[in-house]
Amino acid sequence: MARVLMKGNEAFGEGAIRAGCRYFFGYPITPQSELPHFLAKRLPEIGGVYLQAESEVSAINMVYGAAAAGARVMTSSSSPGISLMQEGISYIVGAQLPCVIINVMRGGPGLGNIAPAQGDYFQATKGGGHGDYKLIVLAPASVQEIITHMQLAFDLADKYRNPVMVVGDGILGQMMEPVDLEGTGGEMAEPSKPWATTGMRGRKERNIVNSLCIVPEENEKNNLQLAAKYGEIQRSEQRWEEYGLDDAEWVLVAFGTVARVAKGVVDKARKEGIAAGLIRPITLWPFPEKAFNKVIDQVKGFLTVEMSLGQMVEDVRLCVQGRQPVRFLGRPGGMVPSVREVYEELKKMAGVKTCG
Amino acid sequence: MAKIFQRPAALTGKAFHYCPGCTHGIVHRIIAQCIDELGIREDTIGVCPVGCSVFAYEYFNCDMIEAAHGRAPAVATGVKRVLPDRVVFTYQGDGDLAAIGTAEVVHAAARGEKITTIFINNAVFGMTGGQMAPTTLVGQKTTTTPKGRDRETTGSPLRVAELLSTVEGAVYVARVSVHNPASVIRAKKAIKKAFEVQLQGLGFAIVEVLSTCPTNWGLSPVEALEWLEKNMVPIFPLGEFRKPAEWDKNGTGEGASC
Repeated sequence: MARVLMKGNEAFGEGAIRAGCRYFFGYPITPQSELPHFLAKRLPEIGGVYLQAESEVSAINMVYGAAAAGARVMTSSSSPGISLMQEGISYIVGAQLPCVIINVMRGGPGLGNIAPAQGDYFQATKGGGHGDYKLIVLAPASVQEIITHMQLAFDLADKYRNPVMVVGDGILGQMMEPVDLEGTGGEMAEPSKPWATTGMRGRKERNIVNSLCIVPEENEKNNLQLAAKYGEIQRSEQRWEEYGLDDAEWVLVAFGTVARVAKGVVDKARKEGIAAGLIRPITLWPFPEKAFNKVIDQVKGFLTVEMSLGQMVEDVRLCVQGRQPVRFLGRPGGMVPSVREVYEELKKMAGVKTCG
Repeated sequence: MAKIFQRPAALTGKAFHYCPGCTHGIVHRIIAQCIDELGIREDTIGVCPVGCSVFAYEYFNCDMIEAAHGRAPAVATGVKRVLPDRVVFTYQGDGDLAAIGTAEVVHAAARGEKITTIFINNAVFGMTGGQMAPTTLVGQKTTTTPKGRDRETTGSPLRVAELLSTVEGAVYVARVSVHNPASVIRAKKAIKKAFEVQLQGLGFAIVEVLSTCPTNWGLSPVEALEWLEKNMVPIFPLGEFRKPAEWDKNGTGEGASC
């Protein structure tokens, strides 16, 4: 049974169910629609709840309530809808609740379009809502990886009591690929949540889920506690994929769909004698700075490629700290960079003359 | 000596922070008494608003959640869908429920969400400094309507109970007041019914409670009670706007008018 053909958006749902998620609250938006369609059918079949909210604002607050009640819970949306959820996400972080949020990113700003984009990188990795906080952000690059990332997302959310965002884009959501479901999900013990507001039922102390901390001295302590958690996440949870990196002189940096284009560029460059490699951040936050430190002395430069005007490139520059040149190639607004244009940019950087 | 009056078990011993003459305390106590009488304290999860009653989680002696401004019905929905056999209530003011949270309460009602909402209408934003609320009376002076609310530019008061009584899923809708002992007794009856509706799994229940805000109205506690009766009750008529059809059939619930 193990190998099946699956659409990316459905894989988010299948992966969530396999990870033990039984509650979904969301509001329709393109290009993630197949995900709610899938869960609206599947969740009731397995005793779960699919609920269509009146807005993304409401959906994320339903997630807040379900997480407070101790459930593995998720929502999904696409860029403009994720913007509407920012208030609720900040409260979920403040109350230290676990949940998983999917963003199938589309072209912006404003209503933009429904084409694939990566313009929500800043929003996902730098806070997004008000206050000092971080989300753990995962960026799968294949339908198979969506399945495994959903398990990872719920596990990390529970481990750190912090929301985890999984970002894809219109291509990844709409694309069909074979996936191997062997060994994924299955029965697992739900982590115990003694803090959940489930009704006291014999418990001596009341549980209170709250992000209000009116005394500045106490709220500073709260924030420092969050900072300690984020430090731990930065030390322990950096994930990335290396491709042709061992002897690479010229390193492409790309995530999600664009990393697949970048792999094609590495192959083409290698064939033509350019020692190219790829760092594909899997966790966009924590950003995998360890990958950069590892190769910083061996490489001659980095080329960051994104479907945006240049967002992740700022984190690349922070890692590299001027020790090597960092270039950027981006296609914003729903356009996808081609192997050809990325390769031309790489050649320019490597000082290889273009024929003709 | 027998104790004939004591703090309800559903209230903690924490002293209320409310201003002198504010009726939040009365409503808190009524809710706690209902929870005690129904024996549901250890099954109950309360959801607090943003506004003067933002600290309600310090007062209700049960599991509590603090929601974002206006979002309590959505948060309560999340809890209730995960724990359908628990009792979930929201406590919200008129800025919270009737302004920023209008969508959340209307759609919780439309879904027939099996939660209980207690809605405090004191015709003003309290905590932020007495600004105009959607429930502010025409002509009423507030810090953002210094010459009195002008119908032409700011409209007229939103009647939440009447609005929600048009929604099928809102099976119990009542408006009560707490300006004198008789109205307090009627308010308690209505609030108890709103919990019974949830215990019977019938749908969404809301009780709007006309309340005072002496501080922001610029009145003494006694004057505020009189002002409520004289000015608010005519605009916000008291009564039960909707009752579950089941109650008429089998006589469950008291059915008495409040």
